[in-house]
Amino acid sequence: MSDVTLHHGAEHAAEPHGHEHHHPFLQHHFEDMGQQHEASTLGMWFFVAQEILFFGGIFAAYFVYREMYPDAWKAGSHHQNWQIGAANTVVLIGSSLTMALAVWGAQGARRKFTTLMLVLTLILGAVFVGVKGYEYAEHIHEGLFPGASFTYTEATPALTRGVELFMTFYFTMTGLHALHMVIGAGLLLYFIRRAWRGDFGPEYYGPIEIMGLYWHFVDIVWIFLFPLLYLV
Amino acid sequence: MTTTTIDDAPFIEPSTKARRNYLNDEYGVLSWLLTKDHKRIAIMYLFSVTLFFVVGGVLAFLMRLELLTPEGDMFTSDTYNKLFTLHGIVMIFFFLIPAIPAVLGNFLLPIMLGAKDLAFPKLNLLSWYIYMIGGTFGVIVIITGGVDTGWTFYTPFSTQYSNTKVFLTTMGAFITGFSSILTGLNFLVTTHRMRAPGLTWFRLPLFVWSMYATSIVIMLATPVLAITLVLLMVERVLQVGIFDPALGGDPVLYQHMFWFYSHPAVYIMILPGMAVISECVAAFTRKKIFGYKFVAFSSLAIAFLGFLVWAHHMFVAGISVYSAMIFSFLSMLVAVPSAIKVFNWTATMYKASVSWQTPMLYVLGFIGLFTIGGVTGLFLGALGIDVHVHDSYFVVAHFHYIMVGGTIMAYMAGIHYWWPKITGRMYPEWWGRLSALLVFVGFNLTFFPQFLVGYVGMPRRYHAYAPEFQVLNVLSTAGATILAVGYLLPMLYLGWSLKFGRKAGTNPWGAVGLEWATTSPPPKENFHETPVVTWEAYDYPAFLKAMRETQHV
Repeated sequence: MSDVTLHHGAEHAAEPHGHEHHHPFLQHHFEDMGQQHEASTLGMWFFVAQEILFFGGIFAAYFVYREMYPDAWKAGSHHQNWQIGAANTVVLIGSSLTMALAVWGAQGARRKFTTLMLVLTLILGAVFVGVKGYEYAEHIHEGLFPGASFTYTEATPALTRGVELFMTFYFTMTGLHALHMVIGAGLLLYFIRRAWRGDFGPEYYGPIEIMGLYWHFVDIVWIFLFPLLYLV
Repeated sequence: MTTTTIDDAPFIEPSTKARRNYLNDEYGVLSWLLTKDHKRIAIMYLFSVTLFFVVGGVLAFLMRLELLTPEGDMFTSDTYNKLFTLHGIVMIFFFLIPAIPAVLGNFLLPIMLGAKDLAFPKLNLLSWYIYMIGGTFGVIVIITGGVDTGWTFYTPFSTQYSNTKVFLTTMGAFITGFSSILTGLNFLVTTHRMRAPGLTWFRLPLFVWSMYATSIVIMLATPVLAITLVLLMVERVLQVGIFDPALGGDPVLYQHMFWFYSHPAVYIMILPGMAVISECVAAFTRKKIFGYKFVAFSSLAIAFLGFLVWAHHMFVAGISVYSAMIFSFLSMLVAVPSAIKVFNWTATMYKASVSWQTPMLYVLGFIGLFTIGGVTGLFLGALGIDVHVHDSYFVVAHFHYIMVGGTIMAYMAGIHYWWPKITGRMYPEWWGRLSALLVFVGFNLTFFPQFLVGYVGMPRRYHAYAPEFQVLNVLSTAGATILAVGYLLPMLYLGWSLKFGRKAGTNPWGAVGLEWATTSPPPKENFHETPVVTWEAYDYPAFLKAMRETQHV
């Protein structure tokens, strides 16, 4: 039972310890950069998993009420400007592209390129949130913000109430999404500084990579939100 | 069978000169508040959860005092509503859920894996701060007038009618949720990526398997509570009808979303308890756990099945009878992996040389009380009986058997078992046994009468009751008094032992596991050199042999 089976099973142990010098960004509790990289990537995947459940809850509630009030949902989505939404979707997908390029840049230690791509990602993200703010202002102007200030009336009281519920979901879902964008923007600022300083290279690009994972995830949420709130 | 006697244990005499360890490595308040050491964070959690346990306990005791007499003579019904609500919220969100993972798990998981720390030490510290911020919300609620919705925040009462501090309370629960998510995330990544050389999955202590299963449940269930509470807060602030039927919403949807988290949350509370029990059974029977793989996988099975049973809280809430039947059936299925654990622990004890130290007394208490709690859970999972005893004291007794008789018993077992490792000192054994006995007697006297009084029809959540229920309620309050003494004693003698307790050696129990291969208390980096694991889990002879070969002390 007690055979000596050294270095068997633990993933990191299977890899040879190639570099004996300590990378400046190797945290003391990790054996090597490979283990540190794998741990942080896996951590972000688990984080994304919990984010899926977080948004999953509100998507589920959305579908329940969509089944309950199909007419109100249809009427509500007619108040969305799908052209603006579509343009904003393109902006967001563009930011995902620049983000992916930033990861590529970090892997190759292309300091200026990485910084430029992160700045572009930040700008595109800011454009998205700005456009979203413009849309919010329009809705509020039309009296579509749910609650006491909801002054919009549809044909029947029941339909009006349904549209108010739709708008509640609209504001909550896109608001939570925008909050994730803002948090992402804050992280981008931090990484722009680090990228400019030249922190990243072939051995250490994990932070940019997991930043990318987060950013892509937030984009994908929008890819689902856009058709559900604007088109169907 | 790898049974050994206690003489084989490498009882290493404590060294006389003070060794550098995680406690004396640095001094000062900031060295604690800014620490990234999982062991120090565990200690900070230990103090915080104990504080909330005392708060929740005082609230419970006030309720038991009110229930001494059938008349509502001590508190108004509104005050009583606030008492049971705050008791539930404090005990569940601020004590039971973080207790074992954040204290014992935080301290032990990296050591059991042979790692220097958790994968993300800063997130670990952040989780404590988030917990404290959430807890501050809870304290503010208590000071500023309380909340009266019940810990379940059922709509539309919580969103439209209650004029107590619902928003602040849900905010506190929402924030605290993120602290457990961060802890769960840390545990999962650490278990995957930070195991010592040679430590394969099937060599892991069962504690780690159970913590792993707990972490999965935390990661996948807690965010759903978070979004549910967001919707609740939106409804309450904007006065729109997400869950209010008068405004077109669906209150049953709230219950679905709430229990989608809160039923798995039961397993967030009990799985860590099972984690502790497995370790203690192995240590005090000096045997390999019977059916190691079954016990390991039953944790994952509980985590999985736990997600499929939430609607058994809603049998009388107007769900369809067909879905109720399916949920009833699935609820019965959870009993299978739970029973596997109980039978395997019992089988481990069979013909073993059991030693009767305090942790083992708590373990035996756990097994008995958890079995009663589990079997009455089957009563409640059965459609017909649930309708009969729904919202009665039978339900109250059932979940206290699981959470107090199960989780807190296990927590007490774990605190005693690992106390020498955490502090380097032994607790006084005689006092430990006395408190274990008091807790067991007091617990049964408190909660067993509640099964009876609930079965004959006393509803929960009222401050007054029919006179014929008084005898059982007086018994229950008397039991609560004994229980309170049983919980206060350890706080005293454990505190005493910090200064006056006998110094513990590296392995005072002669137990198997990496935490017993390092000094007590462990050094800051957990091990003086990275351990290499050459033994199967709970393989006493192999572990002791490895220790003899590698220990330089």
